[in-house]
Amino acid sequence: MASTETGTGAEAAGTTDDPADGPAADAATGAPAAESALAGEAPAGKAPATTKPDGAQPDRSGGDLAGLEAGLDALDTKVSDRQPWLRALTAKAVPPLVAVALVLGLWQLAYHFELKDHYLLPSPVDVARSLQDKWLEGTLLDYVWTSVSRGALGFLASVAIGTPLGLLVARVKPVRAAIGPILSGLQSLPSVAWVPAAIIWFGLSDATIYAVVLLGAVPSIANGLVAGVDQISPLYLRAGRTIGARGLTGVRHILLPAALPGYLAGLKQGWAFSWRSLMAAELIVNAADLGTGLGQLLEQGRELQDMSWVLSAILLILIVGIGIELLIFAPLERRVLRSRGLLVKS
Amino acid sequence: MTTTTLSKPGSRPSAPADAGGAAAPYAARIDHVSKSFGRPGAQQHVLDDISIDVAPGEFVCLLGASGCGKSTLLNLVAGLDGPSAGRIETPGGRPALMFQEHALFPWLTAGRNIELALRLRGVPRAERRGEAERLLELVRLKGAYGKRVHELSGGMRQRVAMARALAQDSQLLLMDEPFAALDAITRDVLHDELTRIWRDANGSASGSGGLSVLFVTHNVREAVRLAERVVLLSSRPGRIAREWTVDIPHPRRIEDAAVADLSVEITEQLRGEIRRHGQH
Repeated sequence: MASTETGTGAEAAGTTDDPADGPAADAATGAPAAESALAGEAPAGKAPATTKPDGAQPDRSGGDLAGLEAGLDALDTKVSDRQPWLRALTAKAVPPLVAVALVLGLWQLAYHFELKDHYLLPSPVDVARSLQDKWLEGTLLDYVWTSVSRGALGFLASVAIGTPLGLLVARVKPVRAAIGPILSGLQSLPSVAWVPAAIIWFGLSDATIYAVVLLGAVPSIANGLVAGVDQISPLYLRAGRTIGARGLTGVRHILLPAALPGYLAGLKQGWAFSWRSLMAAELIVNAADLGTGLGQLLEQGRELQDMSWVLSAILLILIVGIGIELLIFAPLERRVLRSRGLLVKS
Repeated sequence: MTTTTLSKPGSRPSAPADAGGAAAPYAARIDHVSKSFGRPGAQQHVLDDISIDVAPGEFVCLLGASGCGKSTLLNLVAGLDGPSAGRIETPGGRPALMFQEHALFPWLTAGRNIELALRLRGVPRAERRGEAERLLELVRLKGAYGKRVHELSGGMRQRVAMARALAQDSQLLLMDEPFAALDAITRDVLHDELTRIWRDANGSASGSGGLSVLFVTHNVREAVRLAERVVLLSSRPGRIAREWTVDIPHPRRIEDAAVADLSVEITEQLRGEIRRHGQH
């Protein structure tokens, strides 16, 4: 039927125009100034030209609408493709491996041309042998475990303290005014500066080590959470309140999940600070009954003037730090960001 | 004397039967409401003596140019803010609210977004999944339960947002330019969708207490196409300038001549309101 044809045709043309396109676009298509009554010119006189007032119209509330909607949905849905995991792994793993090989090569060259005496600059092989000796003695894993367990315990304690602290600072204005600046300031204080104070308070004990770790990690975890909360779109809080998430329910269902990306970044930094502080503490707090961690191992190497030993200890500290970041924090962060569509493939 | 009556703040509208929805002659009563911001002395009057009753099952559009305070008024009705003077009553419980932005939580799937609203309403765990699926089906997004928000198109997000608003099972749905950010074709489809849902909710077949809609827009055609009553607000301060009853039968189309004619009339009036501000 002619009138119906005209109607639907005009509708398609008219509705394609964005209101922002204004009068020019409307005039060009000759369609009624649908949607743009404010932006467009006076639509008077246009209506009779295109549509019959009481012409027969298909009721679009039935299957027709469903079909139109399904079409729109299909057209708008993004297709995401995933790389095959093997290729993705190679693309990620090869560059750092090349970089490591390059460093080892330069090191070997420096050793070869004897830039320093061999006892000052051992070769990579010497360091590897030193590591192997400790491994064969069966003590290597003990050292690593001692440090990692201390680091993990200190980190978890820092999370337990830093999280409520961060929430308080983020949500309670007087608290923020009072300790917010101090908290950010503490982040720039190297935690090794706490070691002398902690030794005077607690002596050469585990308590000293944990005190230093906490003082290093708590501020960065709390600050991360504060930053995470600050970055929450007010829209989520408003939407949360309208569906009834107020008070603690709101914190649990809206505030914390919304702040998670920033919080995770804070946790990651908190771990780095824990590990650093732990090494600083272990280097200085050296007592026979404390158990030997990697920091103490490093210090023993220095006392023996054994450069291979020292370098292998440094290497271990580095490997543990990178390993925890790669195995725990990186996948966690990637997962959170990807699920929110925040991870953009370049 | 400032009186603010928000229907039972903090209480859950989980039992609409005893909320008095059937007895009250209105789903929302905005009674001589004024709102100003700023310090005393340097106050900005945003709303001035607004009175609107939304009848149960009625669809009312609030229309106005920028600065007429229509979003402010909606926030007051939603209970997100309190009026400076006057009273607002929503006997059907806490109203549901939809924004121009979908405001879905990106850390939850589409289905979980709806389930969160159900959970906060007090729906037992065992019933939530089924109810969420039903609501998704209502907005014709049957397969979208496990989809993340960023995987959905703009129109689909607004439909999930609509499902989440409906999950509150409120008798009053407040909509703050919910389709303004969508492209025209999608918006047109969602107009149909909203009309269908609203009419079904108030039809004899539905056992629910009906659904009233208070819809804010600056788009005249949208208002005429959707509403039973269009209320035009003037700007700075927002006052009721005029009201129209729209008795164009459904189904309406955006290109209908009747819709166009009334739109022309309302637009003329709206232009007059805007022009007044340039004459100082």
